[in-house]
Amino acid sequence: MIRAGPWGNALLGLGALVLASMPYWASPYHMQLASTALIAAMFALSLQVLTGAAGLVSLAHAAFFGLGAYTVHGLVGASILVSVPAAMLVAGIAAAMIGKLALRTRGFYFLMTTLAFGQMLFFLFHDTPLGGGADGVFITRPDMFWTVSKTARPAVFLLLNLTALSLMYGGLWWLMGTMFGHALSGIRVNEDRMRAMGHDVQRLKRAAFTLAGALAGLAGHMAALTDAFVSPETLGWHRSAEALLMILLGGLGALHGPILGAFALTLIRDLGQSITERQRLVEGVVILAAVLLLRRGLAGWGK
Amino acid sequence: MGEMTATLEARGLTRRFGGLVAVADVSLSLTPGQAHAVIGPNGAGKSTLINLLSGALSPHEGTIHLNGADITALPDWRRARAGIGRGFQRTHLFPSLTVLENVRLAAQSAIRGWRLLGGARADPTTLAHAHAALEQVGLPSHATDLAGTLSHGQSRLLEIALALATRPTVLLLDEPLAGLGFEETAPVVGLLRRLAAHRTMLLVEHDMDVVFAVARQVTVMVDGRVLESGTPATIRASAAVRDAYLGHRA
Repeated sequence: MIRAGPWGNALLGLGALVLASMPYWASPYHMQLASTALIAAMFALSLQVLTGAAGLVSLAHAAFFGLGAYTVHGLVGASILVSVPAAMLVAGIAAAMIGKLALRTRGFYFLMTTLAFGQMLFFLFHDTPLGGGADGVFITRPDMFWTVSKTARPAVFLLLNLTALSLMYGGLWWLMGTMFGHALSGIRVNEDRMRAMGHDVQRLKRAAFTLAGALAGLAGHMAALTDAFVSPETLGWHRSAEALLMILLGGLGALHGPILGAFALTLIRDLGQSITERQRLVEGVVILAAVLLLRRGLAGWGK
Repeated sequence: MGEMTATLEARGLTRRFGGLVAVADVSLSLTPGQAHAVIGPNGAGKSTLINLLSGALSPHEGTIHLNGADITALPDWRRARAGIGRGFQRTHLFPSLTVLENVRLAAQSAIRGWRLLGGARADPTTLAHAHAALEQVGLPSHATDLAGTLSHGQSRLLEIALALATRPTVLLLDEPLAGLGFEETAPVVGLLRRLAAHRTMLLVEHDMDVVFAVARQVTVMVDGRVLESGTPATIRASAAVRDAYLGHRA
């Protein structure tokens, strides 16, 4: 896994500063758009732990995002100090259980197994009264120890989401430099050889799957906090595919790729929406062009 | 079996692929500190035997003991941790990583649990083992090259270094000279000689000159069975071996 060097991180930091200054110059609409991009970036970044680092392509990932969001719903306005760890724990435990089973398979079969598990969770929320039904449910936001007026909301959630993404990125940047991070790279490049050299590949993969799930849960938590709404739709497999698309667009090989991809896709969507009703077409054409022209995604621009 | 306990001992190993018996009732034991060569024509079951010993395949019958402990049921990675290091016939590296990263990943297999959260470039023992392995095979000057850019000869050396960096007690090498041109052979043969001088190892090789130069014991396999086993001198003198195998090559 390629990590950004000092210059790359400085640029990302600069981008974070620009976002942090938005309350001074941007409209509430654009701050909300930035929050959408930040949450998408968190979600795609959490998936990068599997896809970019360990070479695992999972379609169950949105289910963990959804579990994190539904945990906020279940806790009905509990303190954020409770809801954040709870969302990560619920998503992490689900990921640990699903990972233990799904990781017995490899390649295409792994993809299909994760699809099956993800859809099971989707239908659990879609077809039972567990999460408030098929149409989704409004959420009582967690208590953040201070009251946020309706006008201040976009700015406050923007800053919270920015903080969460920065912490996640910083933590994963560190993790990818550890022996654990390098072992994941080894698995991606040559899993059989890793096993022949004595690495407990299954355990390493399970750890990555659990961590990725817990981080997706955090992203889902932030989404629930920001939108005050969650629907079974968030658990659907196409959400996982969307995150994979962001990773592909931003750069499969680089840790910061998903962040670039998430922002690019959110912007393309917004622009597409403003110029045509067929925004999916714009999206498709841009992604196709980007994938064909930028072999290493946005992170590999000019290389 | 002699006075000393064999480091690695296989008894009655049998492995079938459908109707084909690739390895049939093969027994062999490695004496500590000695090189043991397995020779035989193509299809004799030599690579299957290595896969059975390393745990890449499990035998349908028979047992494998390492230093007296039964390891027959252990999967490959557990056998690697128990001390069996193997090199592959077809080079099996991490081409997109540097040579040093390759051996470091091998050396790092000794690190477990939370200790894996240490910096990849920081663990002194892992680094020492990685550099020692590169030193042994003579690749230290290529440490920062991508493994995918190495020549075929250098790849074969790195292939062995990956096995050495895990500090195995038993080394299994499957045709380390496979596909090498005349000029590339010398460094690998030199390495095999140095390793064979003091290491417990099993060597599958086609080059008879190399086999007779480095091995203290030779086992001849034909059609999945052991035809003959003994010192290089006995093997050379054996009429059965000459008929079945060596004779065809002359």
